[in-house]
Amino acid sequence: MAKYEFSYYPGCSSQSKTSADNYMRANKVVCADLDIALKEIPDWNCCSASIGYAGGGELPRLSLSARNIALSQQAHGQTDIVSPCAACWRATREAKERMEENAHVKSGLTAALAEIGLKIEGEAPKARHMVEVLVEDVGYDEIKSKVKKPLAGLKIAGYVGCQTNRPFGIDGESFENPRYLDKMVATLGAEPVENYEKKVSCCGGALMFSEPEKSQRLVKDIIEAAYDGGADMIVPPCPVCQMNVEVYQGHINKTYGTKFAIPVVYYSNLMAVAFGHNSKESALDGQMIKASKLEQIAG
Amino acid sequence: MSDMNQNMLAKYRSSFLKEVEANVEEGHMVKMCMQCGVCSGSCPMQNHWDHPPQELFMMIRANKREEVLTSSSMWMCTSCYNCIARCPRGLPITHIMHGLATYAKRLGKVPEGQPTAKFAQKMWDNLKQKGRTNELKLGLALYFMNGFGEGVKKALSMQDVGLGMVKTGRLNPMELLGGHGIKDVAGLQKMLAKAEAIENQHIAEYKG
Repeated sequence: MAKYEFSYYPGCSSQSKTSADNYMRANKVVCADLDIALKEIPDWNCCSASIGYAGGGELPRLSLSARNIALSQQAHGQTDIVSPCAACWRATREAKERMEENAHVKSGLTAALAEIGLKIEGEAPKARHMVEVLVEDVGYDEIKSKVKKPLAGLKIAGYVGCQTNRPFGIDGESFENPRYLDKMVATLGAEPVENYEKKVSCCGGALMFSEPEKSQRLVKDIIEAAYDGGADMIVPPCPVCQMNVEVYQGHINKTYGTKFAIPVVYYSNLMAVAFGHNSKESALDGQMIKASKLEQIAG
Repeated sequence: MSDMNQNMLAKYRSSFLKEVEANVEEGHMVKMCMQCGVCSGSCPMQNHWDHPPQELFMMIRANKREEVLTSSSMWMCTSCYNCIARCPRGLPITHIMHGLATYAKRLGKVPEGQPTAKFAQKMWDNLKQKGRTNELKLGLALYFMNGFGEGVKKALSMQDVGLGMVKTGRLNPMELLGGHGIKDVAGLQKMLAKAEAIENQHIAEYKG
């Protein structure tokens, strides 16, 4: 039996050849090293992310997460549900809390699930973010014990972003200046940018698609602050943050006359390299803006 | 839609606040707003909306029904949850914004061409088809949501991003032919239909 076991909700972005394919691959490597078993929820569905409200309203939107919770419970009992994606995690936890505090929502979700022969028995299992598990269950000391190649000489802007941080966040961390990503970066032997002022600023989320000019303006500030802090790369814990900050840099350069080309790398990629894996195993081939300094360390 | 708008208007004629409390997600918390404006100062879209959240809340209490429902302000929400984290009264402002947007949509009051309203509907329709979001089809639906000509232009301007994603193994052109999905799509759709029916029934009941 693995040292840690979780019910795994990868989410739509963490499937083969989807937008966080690189995140997914790095997570698998890191979890194997840390003896974390991820048992996938059978037939899990999309949580409808941040903008599910408009198409789905309250109950249909929440029923998506309720189905995942019921399926998780059916297959893995009360084992905590872990998701690497901020939106998946937030939606699942929101559904759990909403049904616990709102009788009308609870009865509606129960009826919707009954329609397909599903039921949440008693209390719903806890929903947690992958980073929460790494920080709280595994802990910095154990992570440190796995480091074979310290990431010396790298300066990193830990970009926590929104939904990994709000409205739930990590226990004991502040919403305004959470430190866990910085601590994790330091644990891996790299240097965190102190006082990275945009660490919890919004990248626009799903509005990057519908309101690209407004959202790219937000990302411009996030990148600029990382450069100001002397960062070699930006490290987020969320697939939407990663994509929004990495892939539009060319467009932002065109609009604002900037010359941004800063890699945006998941904490899991960092961990994989620090744990001794090569560039490919660490999924650095998934970078649109190559993380050359990290590749040099990985070899 | 407009029938529903007339019905609601007749039911809650004297109080838009009551209408919001009964029909908008977390609407019962609107009255708790103390007008401090911390939400406005915390919103990443503060340069773009017509009305900041606390103003919308006061407008609800002042019966400015049409102005609230037709506003584009709540459609600007990026779901960053800054307002929730900071509100000294604990109002779930993000959820209320989402709820107002959804309710405005039910009543047919979304401003014409509102891009996030359009995109959000595309995403919902997309995930309903196979139970998981098809990122490629959603992207294409987004580019072409304002017609074919603009779509081609938009798709061309986004070529660098699309090709970059394919090259790095983060987008599969074959997704166009099917792609990721769940096994029990029929069940998922049945569940959603039931949830929708319950929600519609709940809103149709008069609770003024």
